[in-house]
Amino acid sequence: MKFAVIVFPGSNCDLDMYHAVQDTIRQEVEYVWHTADDLSSYDAILIPGGFSYGDYLRCGAIAQFSPVMAEIKKAAEQGKFILGVCNGFQILTEARLLPGALIRNTSLKFRCHPVDLVVENNATAFTNAYQKGEVIRIPIAHGEGNYYVDEKTLAELKANNQIVFRYAGENPNGSVDNIAGVCNKAGNVVGMMPHPERAVSELLGSSDGARMFESVLNAWRERNGAAIGR
Amino acid sequence: MKAKVYVTIKENVLDPQGNAVQSALHSLGFREVSKVRIGKFMEIGLDTDDRAQAEKQVKEMCEKLLANPVVEDYRFELED
Repeated sequence: MKFAVIVFPGSNCDLDMYHAVQDTIRQEVEYVWHTADDLSSYDAILIPGGFSYGDYLRCGAIAQFSPVMAEIKKAAEQGKFILGVCNGFQILTEARLLPGALIRNTSLKFRCHPVDLVVENNATAFTNAYQKGEVIRIPIAHGEGNYYVDEKTLAELKANNQIVFRYAGENPNGSVDNIAGVCNKAGNVVGMMPHPERAVSELLGSSDGARMFESVLNAWRERNGAAIGR
Repeated sequence: MKAKVYVTIKENVLDPQGNAVQSALHSLGFREVSKVRIGKFMEIGLDTDDRAQAEKQVKEMCEKLLANPVVEDYRFELED
């Protein structure tokens, strides 16, 4: 299985994401600069955290028009596996690949600490290795992670089982319905504010994030026949 | 021609910055302040004299990039 880690000017979690793939599931992974115009050779696309384009105008607003985004949209339609974390989640919402928007934390503070998450949907490509309802520990690090959708869209998210993670304890940012991560209707595109790539070893405080990478490998193997990629 | 673009947070969306500024104004003694909403103001220079064309262009700029319709509203004025 081959992974792309997209790098925008201002991305800063790209190394963590790259090493998380190498260290957890030992699959091929490459950095892909945001000007790339062909992602056809990749099976999964990871959009890391950071401050793409300095967060100018709005988080993710300018990144959504990078050349690589047209390819990411195409990949999403093809059903390829796409994960956006933190700024990557913001970019996916700005690009309308995921519903909603991420606005300033109600506390106005940049919150950087581990949080407990409830796995609400374990049927996505990135969460199949978890139990539904399981509580996992993953760190957050954001100032604008307050997920907003209007009531109508929230009802749709619930009806389509698109809420992937909720904050289990205190809501750190004011997100509607304690939402920490969502997916598209098909479940191949997932976005979340917490950083699973920072929770892939007990040395980092938690290894609960590793199963997100194992999940997508499972999903890929299932899709391509169990014999491939052993 | 110049466009003045105002981007504001939708009424039903919480504005934490506005709330913080409101409390600061209260603590300064401005007790009559009942609400503060913070938005963005942009000035855009346009190399055109065609008002209808400019109107169309700026609207498109707002919808594509300058405002996020999920959480923001926009309005603009054109000046010669």
